[in-house]
Amino acid sequence: MGQIVLENVVKKFGDTEVIPPLNLTIEEGEFAVFVGPSGCGKSTLLRLIAGLEDTTAGKVLIDGEDVTEVPPSKRGLAMVFQSYALYPHMTVRKNIAFPMRMAGMSQAEQDEKIEAAAKSLNLTDYLDRKPGQLSGGQRQRVAIGRAIVREPSAFLFDEPLSNLDAALRVGMRLEISEMHKRLKTTMIYVTHDQVEAMTMADRIVVLQGGVIEQVGTPLELYHTPRNKFVAGFIGSPKMNLLEGAEAKKHKAHTIGIRPEHIKVSTKSVKGAWKGTVGVAEHLGSDTFIHIHGVEGCDPMTVRAAGDVAVKHGDTVYLSPDKSQIHKFDDAGLRI
Amino acid sequence: MAIVAQNSKFGIFGRPILAWVVAMVFFFPIFWLVFTSFKTDADAVKPEFLFFFTPTLDNYLNMTENYDYWRFATNSVITSVLATAVALFVGIPAAYAMAFNPARHTKDILMWMLSTKMLPAAAVLYPMTFLAKGAGIFDTHFVIVLVLALINLPIVVWMLFTYFKEIPKDIIEAGQMDGVNTWGEIKEILIPLAWGGIASTALLCFIFCWNEAYWTVRLTTTDAATLSKLIEGNRAPEGLFFGRLSAVSAAAVGPIVVLGWFCQKQLVQGLTFGAVK
Ligand SMILES: Nc1ncnc2c1ncn2[C@@H]1O[C@H](COP(=O)(O)OP(=O)(O)OP(=O)(O)O)[C@@H](O)[C@H]1O
Ligand SMILES: [Mg+2]
Repeated sequence: MGQIVLENVVKKFGDTEVIPPLNLTIEEGEFAVFVGPSGCGKSTLLRLIAGLEDTTAGKVLIDGEDVTEVPPSKRGLAMVFQSYALYPHMTVRKNIAFPMRMAGMSQAEQDEKIEAAAKSLNLTDYLDRKPGQLSGGQRQRVAIGRAIVREPSAFLFDEPLSNLDAALRVGMRLEISEMHKRLKTTMIYVTHDQVEAMTMADRIVVLQGGVIEQVGTPLELYHTPRNKFVAGFIGSPKMNLLEGAEAKKHKAHTIGIRPEHIKVSTKSVKGAWKGTVGVAEHLGSDTFIHIHGVEGCDPMTVRAAGDVAVKHGDTVYLSPDKSQIHKFDDAGLRI
Repeated sequence: MAIVAQNSKFGIFGRPILAWVVAMVFFFPIFWLVFTSFKTDADAVKPEFLFFFTPTLDNYLNMTENYDYWRFATNSVITSVLATAVALFVGIPAAYAMAFNPARHTKDILMWMLSTKMLPAAAVLYPMTFLAKGAGIFDTHFVIVLVLALINLPIVVWMLFTYFKEIPKDIIEAGQMDGVNTWGEIKEILIPLAWGGIASTALLCFIFCWNEAYWTVRLTTTDAATLSKLIEGNRAPEGLFFGRLSAVSAAAVGPIVVLGWFCQKQLVQGLTFGAVK
């Protein structure tokens, strides 16, 4: 249960085509992440799957069944919204019970599931509160609780963590990942945070302007980005892209090298790129050094050890790991 | 500028006084009506008893035999309650659809609905009368309920629409994802969330229905005649009985004033359901 297929799905708002014909298959039990810049159509795509938006053309299939014309309430999917979208007039208990009550489940069964969900989400003490009396993290837990009790064939998350602070976000990220391992239910997760994408996904779908740029496992995207956009989008800090003479040497229009694949040295090294240190960001474990003056890429970011001794204005020599250089042609595609 | 005005003498004393004066101007006719209702018909027209007179309850005690007050009052209650119910029954789904599933012309439809309120009622007086008579529903509760519900529908839909608009769309969509059908959504989510708004809409609609005089006077004779008809009908022949007339008029507007007074708090309360971002 839980395979989702999009067949030539098109979405237009008025005359603007937000999603051009798009094909995608999300396998049963998979944790798929839609990632891309703001406005690229991630939410729209998720809402098309949910049935909250009508498709302009094409088909949506769930477990092989065409649900294009089926209303959201009958698709058997659960969704967690960025705004949590809890029912403000109901207690936490009633919120979680709501989908079960709508499905006509017996009271005893409801109570049992509420207890179990509340326990696993640390909500037991809050069951009789209204959403307005909860913190953001607790509200998000309630939203997740409401989604799991009905045992959907797939979970849809639309940036569920973006209203939470950084620490809470990391915690919830783990909880959701663990939930996926435990339930083994298909999950589609929308985010614009590529760290969330990399850490949680079985497969990442990178979108830009409604078009799928690449689909693959996090490591596939990291090691073999299909084009310049994916190369720049996946990885943190971003991949350095160089054009011009340096790229020509590799018979490419553009070459890319990730910050972690560059060695930095204060002594002159043969064949190395020479530059001047701008800002060095010390994170403790690592140092991100932003270097000016390298031809074709300014600034160039390098990831060095936490205790590297460089300061603003130092001259440094950069040697890229030759085996880690990505090459792109003038259309931006990987060579 | 505003701060200066608030701290000036005018700000401290002038404004409250002004407010009281305005309130008095609005309140005076009602006050005078009630005041007069405690005078005998004879006293009511005598200048020497303008302020000082022996109050009497006779006008109220004799209201039933003088005017058959309760029959008219019952009709007013029946028609106003039913018309409000009908208007809400039609208005809630309509406003719901327009607020949460707007189509290309939703705004136009809303404007058009409101524009019907600008049509002078007199323009359709004859068609309406002929229709009512032709259909054999003249002077029935049915026609009054129908007309009252229809003339208030635009306002009802508009008010509900603005209240519904305040409900985050996500919550409605969450309901859909949780497996609720359209009626369930209205019943389980929309109505509880917009309860305050629906109550104030209902109250306002009820007041409008109760106060409506143009159609209730013209489309009834006796069977379905409301309090408006009662007062209007006694204008000429009993013009001299100021005391009685004041009493019955006070009794006609009284329920509405009392209702509005009691609902004030509850309405405000209804609008402040647990704020959730
Ligand atoms: N109801 C709508 N009417 C018209 N245009 C819309 C509507 N909803 C979305 N769009 C447009 O569709 C495009 C994709 O929107 P969408 O919300 O899917 O982006 P997103 O990838 O989720 O962005 P974000 O990361 O900011 O949430 C945007 O350009 C947006 O302006
Ligand atoms: Mg979005």
